[in-house]
Amino acid sequence: MSSHDVLGRTEGGDLRLVGLTKRYGSFTAVDDLSLTIPQGSFFALLGASGCGKTTTLRMISGLEDPTIGQIHLGDQEVTDLKPYRRPVNTVFQNYALFPHLDIYENVAFGLRRRGVKDVKTAVVDMLNLVELGHLAKRKPTQLSGGQQQRIALARALINQPQVLLLDEPLGALDLKLRRQMQIELKRIQTEVGLTFVHVTHDQEEAMTMADTIAVMNHGRIEQLGSPAELYENPATTFVANFLGQSNLIQAAVEGETDGVVTVSAHGQQLKLDAKRCRSTSGKIILGVRPEKVQIATDRADVPAGFNALTGGKVVDTSFIGVSTQYLVQMPSGEELSVFEQNTGRTIQRPGTEVVVYWDPSQGFGLEGTQDIEAGADADEEAAA
Amino acid sequence: MTTLTEAPAPVEERAPERKPRRNFTPWALLLPGLLWLTVFFLVPILTSVSASVQTGNYDDGFKLTWHFANYKDALTKFGPQYYHSLVYSLLTTVFCLALAYPVAYFIAFKGGRWKTLLMALVIVPSFTSFLIRTIAWKTILADNGSVVHALNDLHLLKITTALGWTVGNHVLASPAAVVCGMVYNFLPFTILPLYTSLEKIDPRLHEAGADLYCGPFQTWRRVTLPLSMPGVIGGTLLTFIPAVGDYINAQLLGNPNTTVVGQRIEDLFLRQSDGYPVGSAMSVVMMVGTLVIVMTYIWRAGTEDLL
Amino acid sequence: MATQTISAPAPADGSAPLKVRRKSPLAWAKQHVLLAVTFVVFVFMLLPNAVILWMSFNQPDGKFNYTWNKFSLDAWKNPCSNSTMCHSIGLSLEIGVVATIIATILGTMISFAMVRHRFKARSGINALLFLPMAAPEVVMGATLAALFFNTIGPGAMGFWTITIAHVMFCISYVVVTVKSRLAGMDPTLERAAEDLYATPTQTFMKVTLPLVAPGIGAAALLAFAISIDDYIITVFTAGNSETFPMYIFGSVQRAYPAQIDVIGSLMLLGTMTVIAVSQILNQMRTSRKK
Repeated sequence: MSSHDVLGRTEGGDLRLVGLTKRYGSFTAVDDLSLTIPQGSFFALLGASGCGKTTTLRMISGLEDPTIGQIHLGDQEVTDLKPYRRPVNTVFQNYALFPHLDIYENVAFGLRRRGVKDVKTAVVDMLNLVELGHLAKRKPTQLSGGQQQRIALARALINQPQVLLLDEPLGALDLKLRRQMQIELKRIQTEVGLTFVHVTHDQEEAMTMADTIAVMNHGRIEQLGSPAELYENPATTFVANFLGQSNLIQAAVEGETDGVVTVSAHGQQLKLDAKRCRSTSGKIILGVRPEKVQIATDRADVPAGFNALTGGKVVDTSFIGVSTQYLVQMPSGEELSVFEQNTGRTIQRPGTEVVVYWDPSQGFGLEGTQDIEAGADADEEAAA
Repeated sequence: MTTLTEAPAPVEERAPERKPRRNFTPWALLLPGLLWLTVFFLVPILTSVSASVQTGNYDDGFKLTWHFANYKDALTKFGPQYYHSLVYSLLTTVFCLALAYPVAYFIAFKGGRWKTLLMALVIVPSFTSFLIRTIAWKTILADNGSVVHALNDLHLLKITTALGWTVGNHVLASPAAVVCGMVYNFLPFTILPLYTSLEKIDPRLHEAGADLYCGPFQTWRRVTLPLSMPGVIGGTLLTFIPAVGDYINAQLLGNPNTTVVGQRIEDLFLRQSDGYPVGSAMSVVMMVGTLVIVMTYIWRAGTEDLL
Repeated sequence: MATQTISAPAPADGSAPLKVRRKSPLAWAKQHVLLAVTFVVFVFMLLPNAVILWMSFNQPDGKFNYTWNKFSLDAWKNPCSNSTMCHSIGLSLEIGVVATIIATILGTMISFAMVRHRFKARSGINALLFLPMAAPEVVMGATLAALFFNTIGPGAMGFWTITIAHVMFCISYVVVTVKSRLAGMDPTLERAAEDLYATPTQTFMKVTLPLVAPGIGAAALLAFAISIDDYIITVFTAGNSETFPMYIFGSVQRAYPAQIDVIGSLMLLGTMTVIAVSQILNQMRTSRKK
């Protein structure tokens, strides 16, 4: 055993990754990743399958050796420490509960391996924290998916690691249970105050739980920030498409005055907040979230100062209760999505000529040289 | 309230419940095979119990005389043979397990896309008659062969001879050769069940072990070994049981001082006109002895919570 | 905002340039211990087969082909120069085929009864099926010999007594193999066939049998392999007949010709060829379907 105290904790536990790279032959899974995760935060690595998020997690846990780079936990460098010497524990994707041990022994496993003699109080407390105290004598196979998930969490948490790693922890659960567990995980994290690093392909899961999200793509961090920052002000088309949906429109900058950028798209003039633009010259991509866009049948209904695109035609209308989703085709053939809240307005039938409009402060501008479709179907791929 | 709980007496007779039709199909399917096993396996085994207390010879016939002295003969006259059978089969089981575990572990967890090929290589040798393969060890371990030369050069042969494992300057015709042949013959029977149970273990459990403060040895001890116990038990039984009865290796690779029970039973049955009762008694002793050892083993392995 | 301290791509803080990490030689050796042990054990397991092939090209000096003398193709040119040996091979093959057919039919019937029907006395039947696999061969052989001595006498023993014995110990192996295949089969397939107007006979012939056939085939192969290789039980039930294993065993006392090694090599090469060809045919069939 290493020189930590019984619970394996040392002081000052920021997790720092420095220039972390992992190559498998000629394939680079993680590419020069540098990151600091402060102690006590709930951090999510979000990305499609194969983006390197799981490899990053496995390098933090020690199950994978980095090709280049260092991992620091507080003042301690842990890069060369074997997984069983790191104050880091993992909640595995398929839970990896030991089938030959009962729930009690599964939870007690880590403490016993570190020579803790009296584990009873800790195990009972931990089982109560995940509200499964009554199942202590069962075998893992006798538990439901959600219960196994909570045991896996308890088994890792009982060791009071400096960092808890969660590898797609809710992937195997059905939607309803997933929602419930998201709230529960967040509650437990707040209660125990440990650093949680969470890997997922589910953007909703990441946004619900994490304080900070790193969106990963091709082994690199595409953008880092709070869920709101990422959603409201994506830095790339990949983030714009991967986190929720975006209407992305090719546009050309015409000029900038008083912090307002004027662009032309679909032969019409549109305005953008310069602070929300990653580029303010030449060709850019103008983005706006579907729920910020509204439609009207008459140009006169558009409030003054709003961006408006005319000449569109509704090609599809889906009424889904809380909202109505429209697909509006522009004369160029490009399609825009509009999510309209169900506030009692008339639902437009397909075929209706409409004007789409939005508040200029809600749009964002991206570099014009990127692939406009990047990340658009990555979410489905990952979910499949 | 009582009126509600009291159910009204049934007015109408319910339709008579249909009796399930007796199904003879399973018995028709089972009968020929079970009859075969009964007549040619169970009955002979049971008659041999009675034969073990008879006297007589092949020319005059045998009579049931409750001659329990046959057992005294069977137990006292063949002490070395029981000892050899037991020691060789136990050594074989231990060596087989020690060699098979790393091999099965390697194939199951590190085999990758070579898994099927490696498992095929375990089975392939048995396409050749096991007798020819056992006799091939006569060539490998021959006095002028490289194995004996190497052992001589390393001065190991003197040590093994002093220990009684080999005889003089030979490896052949010695206890060591017999055990080597037995290990060779039974190794696949240990590897197969071990591989099957190791292969079922999710490798992510190893990672979970490492994550929860187990070094490589602790991971094996606390996770892999308990989960592979069915394979360990199956493999050792599949090795030990036939090894107890085996006398081919002792006959082909041993010497007159390495004889085992099987050789004596064959001798008594096939080459001595009055050996049938004592031979039967030896068979019974061997069967009961094996059964006791196997049962004790299973019982111990079962109650020790699989280590 | 609580997350201000989080910094994306860390600035170069003047620390030493990061080097590609390499494993120490000790760690490498540790990792390959398992590989080395496996390799040695495989050599141990495959060595006799190599020796057999090697010795089949030997011209023995004397009666016993145990030590290398000089290269010769004689044994390969006349594998049957010794007619006793080839007769014994013929007898072994005959017994193997007959015993396999009977054991496979009886064993398959038992498997169907055990998997598809409910009846009492299951555990007793299971024990009866398990015991022949667990009992020492020498005991089965000896007691069976006694039965035949006492009923038909030693003179009448031969082909049929050997076959009877082989069927006896093959049945259990057939049951184990076919049962696992049957148990792994989805019973709703049979219900589906019935739903689609198949009579019980048609269901069995068109659905059940084709699905279980690979299991029955594997069981038959196993039974044949066990029968043709058996020595101990055979020697007790053979009377004056001599099977190939008995011939080999006897040769150790009389004379051990290189022809035995030729047969041993042929057994290995023949089976491997059959497997390779069936694999290739299988692959061709699946690729054509695509």
